[in-house]
Amino acid sequence: MAILVIAEHDGKQLKPGTTNTVTAAAKIGGDITVLVAGTGCAEAAQVAAKIAGVQKVLLADSAQYAGGAAENLAALVQGIAAQYSHILAPATGYGKNFMPRLAALLDVQQISDISAVVSPDTFVRPIYAGNAMATVQSVDKVKVITVRATGFDAAGEGGSAVVENLAAGADTGLTTFKSQELSKSDRPELTAARIIVSGGRGMGSGDNFKILEALADKLGAAVGASRAAVDSGFVPNDYQVGQTGKIVAPELYIAVGISGAIQHLAGMKDSKVIIAINKDPEAPIFAVADYWLVEDLFKAVPEFTAAL
Amino acid sequence: MKVLVTVKRVIDPYVKVRVKSDGSGVETANVKMAMNPFCEIAVEQAVRMKEAGTVTEIVVLSIGTTQSQETLRTAMAMGADRGILVEVAGEVQPLAVAKVVKAIVDKEQPGLVIMGKQAIDDDSNQCGQMTAALLGWPQSAFTSEIAINGASADVTREIDGGLEKLTIKLPAVVTTDLRLNEPRYVTLPNIMKAKKKPLEVLKPEALGVDVAPRLKTLKVEEPAKRSAGVKVADVAELVGKLKNEARVI
Ligand SMILES: Cc1cc2nc3c(=O)[nH]c(=O)nc-3n(C[C@H](O)[C@H](O)[C@H](O)COP(=O)(O)OP(=O)(O)OC[C@H]3O[C@@H](n4cnc5c(N)ncnc54)[C@H](O)[C@@H]3O)c2cc1C
Ligand SMILES: Nc1ncnc2c1ncn2[C@@H]1O[C@H](COP(=O)(O)O)[C@@H](O)[C@H]1O
Repeated sequence: MAILVIAEHDGKQLKPGTTNTVTAAAKIGGDITVLVAGTGCAEAAQVAAKIAGVQKVLLADSAQYAGGAAENLAALVQGIAAQYSHILAPATGYGKNFMPRLAALLDVQQISDISAVVSPDTFVRPIYAGNAMATVQSVDKVKVITVRATGFDAAGEGGSAVVENLAAGADTGLTTFKSQELSKSDRPELTAARIIVSGGRGMGSGDNFKILEALADKLGAAVGASRAAVDSGFVPNDYQVGQTGKIVAPELYIAVGISGAIQHLAGMKDSKVIIAINKDPEAPIFAVADYWLVEDLFKAVPEFTAAL
Repeated sequence: MKVLVTVKRVIDPYVKVRVKSDGSGVETANVKMAMNPFCEIAVEQAVRMKEAGTVTEIVVLSIGTTQSQETLRTAMAMGADRGILVEVAGEVQPLAVAKVVKAIVDKEQPGLVIMGKQAIDDDSNQCGQMTAALLGWPQSAFTSEIAINGASADVTREIDGGLEKLTIKLPAVVTTDLRLNEPRYVTLPNIMKAKKKPLEVLKPEALGVDVAPRLKTLKVEEPAKRSAGVKVADVAELVGKLKNEARVI
C-alpha cells in the first residue's frame, strides 16, 4: 500500500496536526509520502523529510497554492491520486476545505475526522458531536481520509526522506486569494498546547479575559473560548473550542465560566485532565471535570494565578 | 439571481442523543427534529440577499424522507419561494447529496448555491466542497461574510488562524459558518403563507443519481466515559491536586 499524507504548514514549519496524521498513516501500514504544497515552502518540505517513517516528500511550490486554495490543491492531488491507496490530511480548517473536493473529483466518499484505524478499510469516527462513535468500512478503491489529531500521537523525528519536486498542476483561476488576517499571539497554538485555559460567557467581557491571560502566561498555556464568548465578541473566532470550532486534547484543560454544552464538550472532553471553575453548582461541565470548584471566577482565577 | 439553498432535517441540536443498544445507530424514534443550524444560516443569508435586491428567487432543496417536507416548509416560512424534496428512505451520504444537488443545479441553473458547513448529525463537513467539485465551480467553505459584486463575490472565510479573504467567480458554492448571520424566527402568518408555496417531490432515479452508500456502518457505540471527578473546596486544594495528584503543573 502507498499512502499520501498532505502536510499543513506555514512555509517554514509544519502545523501540529501533520505529524499526527503521519502516525495514522503508519497505523494503516505502507509506504508514506508527504506532499508539501504551497508558496515558498521548501523549508517546510525539509522539516517533513525528517519525520520518522516518511519515505518521500513531494514539494509543489507555486503561487497558485497560496492560502491553501481548495480548487488548485484538489486538482494537484487528483493528478497523482492513482498512485496511492490512501490519501490523508489533518481534519483542520485546511484539510476540511480541500479534501472533500478531492474526494468528489475521485468519485470517493470521504471518511471525515477518523479517531482510530481498525484496518486499512475500517475506521472509527465520532458523530453527533462525539456523543456516538461509528465504525465505518469503505468500499472505495482509494480511501480519502481526514484525521482527528487528538486520536493519534505525533510522529517523532528521525526520518531522512528524499525531497522531490512535483510540477504544479493547472491554476483553475476560479478564486483569487486576497489576504489572511491571522491573530497574533505569543502563546502556544490551541491545537498544540500542553495546557489550555478557556473562558466562556461567564467572563462577562473581552477585557475580563485579561485575568485568564495572566493565568495562561503563568502556566505557559494557550487561551481558548466557548462559542458564546466568541459570539459576544470577547475574543476572535479562532479561539473557539467545540463541535464546530477546534478539537483539542491537552494534558490540562481549564474551563472557566463555561456551562458545558454538548457542543463545547465535543471539542475538549478527550483532554487528559479537566478542571472547571463555575459559580453554578449544577453546571454540566462538572460531569466531565476531574476537579471542579464552585466559586466566582473573578475571585478564583486571580487566586489561582497568585498560587502558582 | 436565483439562489439554491440546501436544508437538512436532523435531530434537534439540544437533544441528548442516545445510542441504540443493538449498536446499529442512534435512537431517532420520538426524538425532536429540527433544521440543521448551519442550513438555517444558509436560508437566512439567501433571504437577506433577496431583501437587499441581489437575489430574485430562493429555491430550497432537501434530500430525505417525506418528513423533510416540514423542514422545507420552515425554510419557506423564513422566506424561501419554493421547495424541492428529493425523496430517499435510507441513509444518504455526502457524495450522494452532492450528486443530487448537482442534478438540481443543472435543472434550475442558480447563480449561487448556499449550503451549511456541516450537518450536526454526521458531522461530515463535505457536501458543499463536493458539490463545488462536481460542478467545477469555485467554493467558499466556512464563510462568515459574503458580498456579491456582479460576476464575482467577495468572501471572508473562517480559517484556523483567523480569517481569509477571497474573491470567487460566480456561479459558486458557499458554505456557512456560525457568524455569517443570526437566523430569524418564523412567525405564524409566515408559517401559514409557506403552506401555499410550491413544493415539488422528486426521486433520485428521475434525476439519474445513484445514492447508494459507499461507507458501511459496522457499529455505533457510546464514547468512552470519563471517570467521575471530585469537587474541591478552594483554590489551594485545586492547586494541590494538580501538583500532587494529577501532576500536570
Ligand atoms: C450548531 C451549533 C454548534 C455549536 N458549536 C459550538 C462550539 O463549537 N463550541 C462551543 O463552545 N459552543 C458551541 N455551540 C453553542 C453551545 O450550544 C452553547 O451555547 C455554548 O457553548 C455556551 O457557552 P458558555 O458555556 O460560555 O455560555 P453559557 O452557557 O451562558 O454559560 C456561562 C457559564 O458561566 C457561569 N458563570 C457566569 N458568571 C460566572 C462567574 N462570575 N463566575 C463563575 N462562573 C460564572 C454560569 O454559571 C454558566 O455556567 C454550538 C451551538 C450550536 C447550535
Ligand atoms: N440530506 C440532505 N439534504 C439537504 N441538504 C443536505 C443533506 N445533507 C447535507 N446537506 C447539506 O450539506 C451541508 C453539509 O453537510 P455534511 O457535509 O453532511 O456535514 C448541510 O449543512 C446541508 O446544507
